[in-house]
Amino acid sequence: SMSSEQNELTQTPLLKIWVPWVHSTLSRRRGSSVPQFTNSPTVIVMVGLPARGKTYISKKLARYLNWIGVNTAVFNLGQYRREAVQTYKNYEFFRPDNEEAMKIRRNCASNALTDIGAYFTKEQGQVAVFDATNTTRERRGLILSFAKEKGYKVFFVESVCDDPDIIEQNIMQVKLSSPDYENCDKEEALEDFLKRIECYKMTYVPLDEEKDRHLSYIKIFNVGSRYLVNRVQDHIQSRIVYYLMNIHVTPRSIYLSRHGESDLNLLGRIGGDSGLSTRGQMYASALAAFVQSQSIRDLKVWTSHMKRTIQTAEALGVPYEQWKALNEIDAGMCEEMTYEEIQDHHPEEFALRDQDKYRYRYPKGESYEDMVHRLEPVIMELERQENVLVICHQAVMRCLLAYFLDKSADELPYLRCPLHTVLKLTPVAYGCKVESIFLNVQAVNTHREKPPNVDINRKTEDALQTVPEHV
Amino acid sequence: MCVCVCVFEDCPFRFENCKKQHGVDDNKKSSVILVAVVLCPQSCPLRRDREQVGVAAVLRTRICTSRPETTSVLRRDAAMRGSKRCRRDRPVCMTNCPTLIVMVGLPARGKTYISKKLTRYLNWIGVPTKEFNVGQYRRECLKIYKNFEFFRPDNEEGLKIRRQCALSALNDVRQYLCMEGGQVAVFDATNTTRERRDTITRFAEQNGFKVFFVESVCEDPDVIAENIVQVKLGSPDYIDCNTEEAVADFMKRIKCYENSYQPLDEGLDRELSYIKIMDVGRRYLVNRVLDHIQSRIVYYLMNIHITPRSIYLCRHGESDLNVRGRIGGDSGLTSRGKEYAKSLGHFIQEQNIKDLKVWTSQMKRTIQTAEALAVPYEQWKALNEIDAGVCEEMMYEEIQEHFPLEFALRDQDKYRYRYPKGESYEDLVQRLEPVIMELERQENVLVICHQAVMRCLLAYFLDKSAEELPYLKCPLHTVLKLTPVAYGCKVESIFLNVEAVNTHRDKPENVDISRPTEEALLTVPAHQ
Repeated sequence: SMSSEQNELTQTPLLKIWVPWVHSTLSRRRGSSVPQFTNSPTVIVMVGLPARGKTYISKKLARYLNWIGVNTAVFNLGQYRREAVQTYKNYEFFRPDNEEAMKIRRNCASNALTDIGAYFTKEQGQVAVFDATNTTRERRGLILSFAKEKGYKVFFVESVCDDPDIIEQNIMQVKLSSPDYENCDKEEALEDFLKRIECYKMTYVPLDEEKDRHLSYIKIFNVGSRYLVNRVQDHIQSRIVYYLMNIHVTPRSIYLSRHGESDLNLLGRIGGDSGLSTRGQMYASALAAFVQSQSIRDLKVWTSHMKRTIQTAEALGVPYEQWKALNEIDAGMCEEMTYEEIQDHHPEEFALRDQDKYRYRYPKGESYEDMVHRLEPVIMELERQENVLVICHQAVMRCLLAYFLDKSADELPYLRCPLHTVLKLTPVAYGCKVESIFLNVQAVNTHREKPPNVDINRKTEDALQTVPEHV
Repeated sequence: MCVCVCVFEDCPFRFENCKKQHGVDDNKKSSVILVAVVLCPQSCPLRRDREQVGVAAVLRTRICTSRPETTSVLRRDAAMRGSKRCRRDRPVCMTNCPTLIVMVGLPARGKTYISKKLTRYLNWIGVPTKEFNVGQYRRECLKIYKNFEFFRPDNEEGLKIRRQCALSALNDVRQYLCMEGGQVAVFDATNTTRERRDTITRFAEQNGFKVFFVESVCEDPDVIAENIVQVKLGSPDYIDCNTEEAVADFMKRIKCYENSYQPLDEGLDRELSYIKIMDVGRRYLVNRVLDHIQSRIVYYLMNIHITPRSIYLCRHGESDLNVRGRIGGDSGLTSRGKEYAKSLGHFIQEQNIKDLKVWTSQMKRTIQTAEALAVPYEQWKALNEIDAGVCEEMMYEEIQEHFPLEFALRDQDKYRYRYPKGESYEDLVQRLEPVIMELERQENVLVICHQAVMRCLLAYFLDKSAEELPYLKCPLHTVLKLTPVAYGCKVESIFLNVEAVNTHRDKPENVDISRPTEEALLTVPAHQ
């Protein structure tokens, strides 16, 4: 009966989500820590001439969506073509009157769409980015029919750019090193690629305000100075539009660092709100000197609301902004405990955490998954900004780093973010260059590897095997 | 020296001189894109004509690079994202300078609706914002509105008065942004001529304000008619008219503006920061978003809609900790709480709500409540009750005993006060912002949440200040049905007839940190 079922709620041990007992009719519901917004799968269709940043946008968008927990994959048509054709001769392959090539290209598109279907049905994909020029109405019609038949939503992202400088930059940065031009010198490659673009130009029909008024799309003009947005259908498209409107390509660097070594760090205790140790203070001064030496233009400095990051920032002698969202993961009942104490008082919790460190939520605390969600506005603002130094915490830094370096949920909680080390991230080509700079002030190690035995019945020695040394 | 690169084929200056001076290769024309006609020299006979019509060209050029003026125009156009320059040759604005949002559009296009909603949202997230409605100023100046003839473009006296009103409003804007701590001002008027917009832009530059235009374009006669019925007929202007007269007069009023309306233009206004909202949100054109606040404004405007719907807010059923007078925790429902959940289920059934979405927090008591509805629901961690940190699961009496200082500080500023190792209402608003954004996107939603959370959400919908917010009454076992109407929100309060303990603690008279215990506990509601 309904009233007895009302009593029957149980909290899942790992996620700490309240769900009804198994025998309830509604037990099929996914217990998830975040609302699920994507119902029908979505195909994002890139549109634009070569060297307009389509692959850049595709990869970046996929990285962002995966980070916020939406399973996304990129399907790059150029990849399919390279597999089909093996050796690229020259631009003539792309001539609109090259019948044989056209057939191959059409096949590739077909294969890509089939793979997209498989990604949705068999791999729990939620969003697929179809990265190709898609410059003709005919090609786009093909994709729309495919999506309509399968019940997928379609959202077009068109990149329009006429600034020859930007186009040339693009070509230099990513095309010359493409497998297509492995055996060419720069001049040859550039010339061939420009001719390739001309081939597409002849048949390029941009999304039209009138004719395509029933489609959902965003048109990006000149790397973001203007956008035209049409018929946003749902939450995920709205988020995608917001994200695309916040990213930019102005060169800059993001510096990630933890606070200086804290008193609780020395004692091997997690969480809390302690101040810096003597060595931590030294690090803060070293950080100040480092920042000076880098001569960074218009550097913004961000900290959390916790004493140790603020103390670190104070030593820099520059204005800084405090974000509560940058606070360290809340360990709930385990706050300020050592790992030994956690094993002593909550051995089952300790084991569950090792089983799935990303989704595991501390009792009355948070999980890494929760943190990603509270850090999303920080990431969005980091995208808008230029040079920024973020002084944060171990778990926070792992989340931010995972976003920039496209690390999976499984890798994220084990990323190495040692104390007293600055990570300088500089966007380059389709990814991010990382420079790790240790500022030469010793600090305790706070990184605990995943132990081999994660069973809830494991022995204490097995549980504590990987705990780093402390006072 | 002519530098005209007019888009129009018949312009006598087009390309000719340029070709002569710089030897432009005809073959390269395909990679040459043409600039809007305003670069034509004054002597170009077609220039004035074209300007008035408006040029739709959205392109730029690579030729004439050796010509300094042209080059600098082009370089200015190159995407300088994140640059602190608002416009070429304009004073540099630091990112914290106040923002002037300028509405643009014919009457009955939703400008005031957008102004008020935007103002409400920005204030809620903590950005001091105020709207300045020029129509208001006109009513104060004129006292009595006769008819549409006041708005005729050839009514000299009318024009003078309207101009004065605009300037008066701008003056108040300056006062608000420069001297009253305002961060954003929304200038709500038609602003349909380029001349008027230039006046405003100059005013903003002089005062160091950033300008962001919000233009609403709509040609759907049904939407316009609906607007007029919803908000114009009730306007003070038409207080003594019957519906037919009012509608007829208002339509003539719109006509007065139509002839001189110069919409924001992709070419001519490409240096401005703006969003053009077309057909009530079906399409948007966004140009040159300069900073964080403009980006948030654009995101917000792109998520709101006017489809009729209702939002139902309620708390979980009465919980075990509730009856014991303890705050926070994660307890289950009492038997009365379960009864409430059942009643809620019936209530929802009776209301027959189309496609109702149900949201809960991740705490046991809201989930138990939702389970009784036997419909799918979505759990949001962001809807969890305020974290009382070290005071979790305490009674107010215990807080007073162990943390009398904290207890007093909370009474002094309940909105900003943060529990030790816990949160403040201000923190709550921050974490609820994505919930509000999604509520704006959705249609019919029932949110089953908690006292502090519900106060924050209610404050957003009813435009309550930070001072009022923490004291809004959100009793157990009572559903609030919110329905957007005209410029605001209609509230219906439905008590589902299951008794529950009172959990509302009013602000006591004495908030001094050295107050005696009785005075601190004066307003604590009764409990077991």
